[in-house]
Amino acid sequence: MRRFLRPGHDPVRERLKRDLFQFNKTVEHGFPHQPSALGYSPSLRILAIGTRSGAIKLYGAPGVEFMGLHRENNAVTQIHLLPGQCQLVTLLDDNSLHLWSLKVKGGASELQEDESFTLRGPPGAAPSATQITVVLPHSLCELLYLGTESGNVFVVQLPAFHALEDRTISSDAVLQRLPEEARHRRVFEMVEALQEHPRDPNQILIGYSRGLVVIWDLQGSRVLYHFLSSQQLENIWWQRDGRLLVSCHSDGSYCQWPVSSDAQQPEPLRSLVPYGPFPCKAITKILWLTTRQGLPFTIFQGGMPRASYGDRHCISVIHDGQQTAFDFTSRVIDFTVLTEADPAAAFDDPYALVVLAEEELVVIDLQTAGWPPVQLPYLASLHCSAITCSHHVSNIPLKLWERIIAAGSQQNAHFSTMEWPIDGGTSLTPAPPQRDLLLTGHEDGTVRFWDASGVCLRLLYKLSTVRVFLTDTDPNENLSAQGEDEWPPLRKVGSFDPYSDDPRLGIQKIFLCKYSGYLAVAGTAGQVLVLELNDEAAEQAVEQVEADLLQDQEGYRWKGHERLAARSGPVRFEPGFQPFVLVQCQPPAVVTSLALHSEWRLVAFGTSHGFGLFDHQQRRQVFVKCTLHPSDQLALEGPLSRVKSLKKSLRQSFRRMRRSRVSSRKRRPAGTPGEVQEGSAKTERPGLQNMELAPVQRKIEARSAEDSFTGFVRTLYFADTYLRDSSRHCPSLWAGTNGGTIYAFSLRVPPAERRMDEPVRAEQAKEIQLMHRAPVVGILVLDGHSVPLPEPLEVAHDLSKSPDMQGSHQLLVVSEEQFKVFTLPKVSAKLKLKLTALEGSRVRRVSVAHFGSRRAEDYGEHHLAVLTNLGDIQVVSLPLLKPQVRYSCIRREDVSGIASCVFTKYGQGFYLISPSEFERFSLSTKWLVEPRCLVDSAETKNHRPGNGAGPKKVPSRKQPGLVMERALLSDESELGGRAWGWQEGWGRGDQGQGRLGRPLP
Amino acid sequence: MNRSFHKSQTLRFYDCSAVEVKSKFGAEFRRFSLDRHKPGKFEDFYKLVVHTHHISNSDVTIGYADVHGDLLPINNDDNFCKAVSSANPLLRVFIQKREEAERGSLGAGSLCRRRRALGALRDEGPRRRAHLDIGLPRDFRPVSSIIDVDLVPETHRRVRLHRHGCEKPLGFYIRDGASVRVTPHGLEKVPGIFISRMVPGGLAESTGLLAVNDEVLEVNGIEVAGKTLDQVTDMMIANSHNLIVTVKPANQRNNVVRGGRALGSSGPPSDGTAGLLGPPAPRVLQNFHPDEAESDEDNDVVIEGTLEPARPPQAPGAPAGSLSRVNGAGLAQRLQRDLALDGGLQRLLSSLRADPRHSLALPPGGVEEHGPAVTL
Repeated sequence: MRRFLRPGHDPVRERLKRDLFQFNKTVEHGFPHQPSALGYSPSLRILAIGTRSGAIKLYGAPGVEFMGLHRENNAVTQIHLLPGQCQLVTLLDDNSLHLWSLKVKGGASELQEDESFTLRGPPGAAPSATQITVVLPHSLCELLYLGTESGNVFVVQLPAFHALEDRTISSDAVLQRLPEEARHRRVFEMVEALQEHPRDPNQILIGYSRGLVVIWDLQGSRVLYHFLSSQQLENIWWQRDGRLLVSCHSDGSYCQWPVSSDAQQPEPLRSLVPYGPFPCKAITKILWLTTRQGLPFTIFQGGMPRASYGDRHCISVIHDGQQTAFDFTSRVIDFTVLTEADPAAAFDDPYALVVLAEEELVVIDLQTAGWPPVQLPYLASLHCSAITCSHHVSNIPLKLWERIIAAGSQQNAHFSTMEWPIDGGTSLTPAPPQRDLLLTGHEDGTVRFWDASGVCLRLLYKLSTVRVFLTDTDPNENLSAQGEDEWPPLRKVGSFDPYSDDPRLGIQKIFLCKYSGYLAVAGTAGQVLVLELNDEAAEQAVEQVEADLLQDQEGYRWKGHERLAARSGPVRFEPGFQPFVLVQCQPPAVVTSLALHSEWRLVAFGTSHGFGLFDHQQRRQVFVKCTLHPSDQLALEGPLSRVKSLKKSLRQSFRRMRRSRVSSRKRRPAGTPGEVQEGSAKTERPGLQNMELAPVQRKIEARSAEDSFTGFVRTLYFADTYLRDSSRHCPSLWAGTNGGTIYAFSLRVPPAERRMDEPVRAEQAKEIQLMHRAPVVGILVLDGHSVPLPEPLEVAHDLSKSPDMQGSHQLLVVSEEQFKVFTLPKVSAKLKLKLTALEGSRVRRVSVAHFGSRRAEDYGEHHLAVLTNLGDIQVVSLPLLKPQVRYSCIRREDVSGIASCVFTKYGQGFYLISPSEFERFSLSTKWLVEPRCLVDSAETKNHRPGNGAGPKKVPSRKQPGLVMERALLSDESELGGRAWGWQEGWGRGDQGQGRLGRPLP
Repeated sequence: MNRSFHKSQTLRFYDCSAVEVKSKFGAEFRRFSLDRHKPGKFEDFYKLVVHTHHISNSDVTIGYADVHGDLLPINNDDNFCKAVSSANPLLRVFIQKREEAERGSLGAGSLCRRRRALGALRDEGPRRRAHLDIGLPRDFRPVSSIIDVDLVPETHRRVRLHRHGCEKPLGFYIRDGASVRVTPHGLEKVPGIFISRMVPGGLAESTGLLAVNDEVLEVNGIEVAGKTLDQVTDMMIANSHNLIVTVKPANQRNNVVRGGRALGSSGPPSDGTAGLLGPPAPRVLQNFHPDEAESDEDNDVVIEGTLEPARPPQAPGAPAGSLSRVNGAGLAQRLQRDLALDGGLQRLLSSLRADPRHSLALPPGGVEEHGPAVTL
């Protein structure tokens, strides 16, 4: 009877599947790619960032974040949060305006687009007539003043963007109302600045690019004051009391103008070029902020001496005789200063400077002497140095977590103690259920430890492996760079530094044992480091061992890079993970696989030449095995090094370009997206023609043993299983290669009391050649209950049931093309699932995940989470290898996204959507991390952040009757919300009311 | 074995189930007859032939002239049976010493040139071609076949390429393209996958069953519609050991006409034995069972134990389990025949060695096989 049932149509199983699996992309971590606009609402204390791809992201207190995407996918050029409202207006580079609002739905706020509008001029007018250059939201929140390239100021009414043509302030009207002597100026040209009088909503200031500034009376339609400067106007600032104007100009000067009716003076009160006397670049934005103490803060962007520092991206802060030019690592998009939010307050009293640079966000504490930077709770630049690999560890024991945080806090001593100043909104997300670590390896040889438990990806600790090696860079170079010149008083800020000194330092594989605190890290030049967590700084020598993977293979020549030279003698390491063993593979090819067994104190590593096993307790090599095919010349010549050298030369030419690039004018960044599109359309056309002439072809050729890189070791796995006979289990090491070969070694690890006395022995027990010869990407042993063997030390820490050693074990081999289960110890095929032969997709990433049911708290199943080369994510059941669900997740063209994907042990995952952003997704109904937050305009927060360790804000508890923000999308998600409640241990009763009213599927 | 010797010329007129056989060895003729419906086994036929010619001490190959004048081999039960049943009215048998046969005289049209008399039967046209060198029957192996003719529309062709036992590369390229389909909304252009290039000397080219610009419709029974070029590439490579592609040939003139005289015009070799040969016109039709596609169960080679040799070195550990399954009865039969013919264990070994998977470097050590295994 059973065989007539079509698979996948068992109704019980289908229902169970719905309880176990659902797919959601939950949150984006990291720094937005290509930011193009910054906005801030002092009343909401919410920061908004717009990007070149048309996304807007809002950030408040940690955990409060929103994301919206413009349908047009055009670059966001300006963001204005309407004063006192939960609304914002964005200007895109196609000259369209969009109104967004945060609306409360089901207890949580949602960001949505309400209206969009494009300013239209009279028929026949030049497009520049309506090209918006400045947007001024009026404080009464009903009107938007739009300055244009033609010099006219248009007025539209919100929220419907209703154009009020009779209120337009045309440049002619302004001209007529100017006194005679000021009219000689030819045209006004574009509007560069629009400001509302800080106190009197009837006055606005209009600044034209030729240097004319007028204060316009809205009711009387007349010019109250006018100011003429001799230089091109860049921007203007109106002091809080309305009595002083500060204008900044393209020649690097700024001028102060008193606003008083008696003296209509033609000359500024004071004019100076802060970085003169040699020609300077434009000051593009200036702020003049008053303080209670009396002396103002002058903060401006740009103005550096053109010849010597014209390529720097600087913001200068001048206060009380102190002057610092903060030198950013990438182009400054915009900046804002957090000040007293109450409009009635007498002084600005700035407390933090928020700078959005192209590659990172920097916040500087202006209250603490020395103006230290503030550590970011989110928006971290993941790509400070390019990410080369990542590794996720779920459910970190509290002790290890605290030790890592302690090590990290010592590294962060230079940060300000100020509490995070952007703290609008309330996060409703419950505290994360467990502590998760995401480790990213970087090109510069560092490993960063991120707190990946919740919505905010926060940097905990940074490990650098560079100190172990002798590198080309002179350690004194940085010091000399610091003491360059006294003037201008430059100070480097920010962490973005994509230029690795030596590509060989790059981290390729990471393996952390969360129970023992042992960490293994392997890199580009065949280096494998074993590190141990130490709470004290220590000076120690790193034991070096060379592993010759070629063994007796003669006559081969490695044409790739040299291995790294290690420092001899003891090296001082700061508290944290400290290396004690360095294994260097010979030839020094990239380490392609790594496994650590902390209980047996063994580390296994593999390259394209072979693999080895190292006993890090006794610090001796157990064995090495060469996996090369005799004809595999390519592997020996090290083609990867050639790629690297190309990359290096590219990098150098980029550096040159960067130095010589002339800083682009604001609003006209080098190559606005519009231009880019045009340009690319032109280049695409001949490209398409070529495509038609020579279509893409693919060769159909069976794989043979002679294919290159068959020896490439793809996966290594330790297991305690029945390798030789069914009566005795023993430790074993499994290795799978690119050519579809699996090697199994039985190990003899001496018992703990004689661990140091007897050597670890290994002998080859099996070799399996998969007939289809596809690369082996995963090896796993299932115990007698068909449950994957637990991690080492997991059982010892009572965190896992001990494996069933009575029943017969099974071996699961995942190749790029097939999943196959074999019996053990006699290896015979039992089950298989063909993937590629049937649908043409190949396995790129596979991991075992535990899927909990949202209905029954204690029910869960182990399955395989699989990512294919098409960007699909599938769940394949264990042990029967039945495909369960399938979701498309990543675009198939997004190769780097697919390559960067990492799964967690509980059915979540991360992948890079840009060099600087991880997308987090979840396959599980039970484990879901997504933002859920509330922003209320009525809530007037006007506290100033205190310095020092103030009482931390406790995230407010979930209110009764709330449903999740995304619950409205589908019933399944709604139940996901319910699962959260259980998992969090909140009583079911206190949130049941709202849920019971909803229809269940 | 109801076989009898008749000398009478008149036999065929009163006993229509008998087939007259004219057997020629050098300049000598022998005549005898066989039962058309129960021809018996090849082995017996071989013994009979060498007996009647008194050449039992020498090693010979047997061929026959088919209706088209081609000299085709008789070397197993199937083609023997075919030869007898298609004899019209006379079965002409040609016997050659094996060493002479090495020079290669079998093949399409080979007889035509030698014997104009037979040429009267053949039709003109595509068969007039350059002389093809075809190896000895014992070296034949399945290379390709057209299958499922009764299932596939006449405008399509389902081709099976056997790579096992062949060192040639598959050797073709595919590309994206557009094909025109008739839909309820009229003609529509849809994306399709096409064969773009053949590698000269490759397997695909040598079969003559695939050509440039043929549209690929299915790979091993899975439609390629909606799949990308890379997906189809991966599917083909993953199935490369037993690739079945359904194509819509660009040249529709060589299509199989169902029920036409082409059916069985030249002895169809049985599945998995002496295979199809050069001529591009698809004349050999064979209906494969769908489960046969699975018969090539890829058996992974498992090497057990340590590195110390566990077996005498003269047993070169044949991974024959998979091999025999792939070639099915063919190998067993060949083995049996070879053993029977000249006790040629040596030859068997050498023919096995031709299998590329023998170049698999098996370290000296035990070889454990699962599935039907050949023990030597």
